[in-house]
Amino acid sequence: MEKHQLQYETVRFNLNGRDVERTVDVRASLTDMLRNDFRMTSVKKGCEVGECGACTVLIDGETFNSCIYLAVWAQGKHIRTLEGVLGPDGQLSDVQQAFVEEAAIQCGFCTPGFVLTAEEILETGQEYTDEQLRKLLSGHLCRCTGYENILRAVKKAMYRRLGKEPPQ
Amino acid sequence: MYDIKALYQAKSVADAVALRLAHPEAQIIAGGSDVLVQMREGKRAGAELISIQTLDEIRGVSMDDDGTIRIGSLTSFSHITWDPLIQKYINVLGQAVDQVGGPQIRNIGTIGGNTCNGVTSADSASTLHAWDAIIELTGPDGIRRQPIHDFYIRAGVVDIREGEIQTAILIPKESYENCFGHYIKYAMRSAMDIATLGTSVNVRLSADKKTVERARVAFGVAGPVPLRAVRAEELAAGQPVSLELAERFAQAVKEDINPRDSWRAAKDFRIHIAVESAKRAFIESVKLAGGDL
Repeated sequence: MEKHQLQYETVRFNLNGRDVERTVDVRASLTDMLRNDFRMTSVKKGCEVGECGACTVLIDGETFNSCIYLAVWAQGKHIRTLEGVLGPDGQLSDVQQAFVEEAAIQCGFCTPGFVLTAEEILETGQEYTDEQLRKLLSGHLCRCTGYENILRAVKKAMYRRLGKEPPQ
Repeated sequence: MYDIKALYQAKSVADAVALRLAHPEAQIIAGGSDVLVQMREGKRAGAELISIQTLDEIRGVSMDDDGTIRIGSLTSFSHITWDPLIQKYINVLGQAVDQVGGPQIRNIGTIGGNTCNGVTSADSASTLHAWDAIIELTGPDGIRRQPIHDFYIRAGVVDIREGEIQTAILIPKESYENCFGHYIKYAMRSAMDIATLGTSVNVRLSADKKTVERARVAFGVAGPVPLRAVRAEELAAGQPVSLELAERFAQAVKEDINPRDSWRAAKDFRIHIAVESAKRAFIESVKLAGGDL
């Protein structure tokens, strides 16, 4: 068998507000690096083909499936995981609090991804209809909740941030 | 970990061309949403990759001096949808690529990758065909431009030659000026699904909005590669706007399309939805152009 030449590269990027550096195998996905080198275990390994959304992270403010993103591409990027959403003393974010209140969680495997997509949605500062929110959340699979409570939680957090009362 | 034999990261377009010549067997990787998934499936396992993912010089939408709209090949679907130039001049393209996969995939996937795949179901491909897009390739001998129709050779095979990479997709002013279009994706699910059939129609009406000056229609999954239904286009050109014209236009697409039976849908069903989608997209396009139906 042909001998495999190992190939490493040093990646510098910003992870949850902190500048970091790692030398990684070029074959690693961003999921691999975040979990194995940084212990960011909120980044779940689900389908690993970009279908389920469990590995979602924010790269320069946009949601990406980190399983189909090479670790070396993180060079110079700002990456946020669920660990970066918590307050300084570990307080839940407004989105997380809304998920708790609306029981938008059961097993929790999809939750980190949903929370990060909700962050991306709410950071636009816009008010969305239910139909728009369903489309914006459609890149995540949840096998427990049936999605309704997740939609309610995101809506609740949206109206709170906008300082508005949700329509009855 | 992916089963990658070697990864070559291009630092510029010129560097990418040099890497292509140095490693002719290597696979180009842009956004990764196709190549990495195929690697995981084992189809491209053990391949060498040339990554162009970080080449910001071919990312973004701009307008050339002659009014041509230039879409850098690495522009992601979501950036196309939100781009002011696209929204103003080719809104239908933004709508079409807003139906690819799901939100994260639209942040990852690139329009260059979508076309270089040579897949008939690509949501961008039918609209790009219907707007006479021009593919710009950069290679060792400089830049080569080619109509998108000629770029597609057969299913999964496009005309990228030795040392070349696709650097832009161009829409000339003559193609988009005063044109309005509509795209219909027929799929089983609203998200994370591949089109059973994709239909993209656009029209240009006369100044009084009573006559169709030009109508164009292209399909994905109506043949092995995306295709135009030219006989329907010829039939509609110069005709007065009417619902009866929409019906005749839609029936005429059957003369050019050649869908197949697959597990997704039967040939007869695809023909049925091609006619119906062509009619609906034609009516919608005429309305967008200011016509009365």
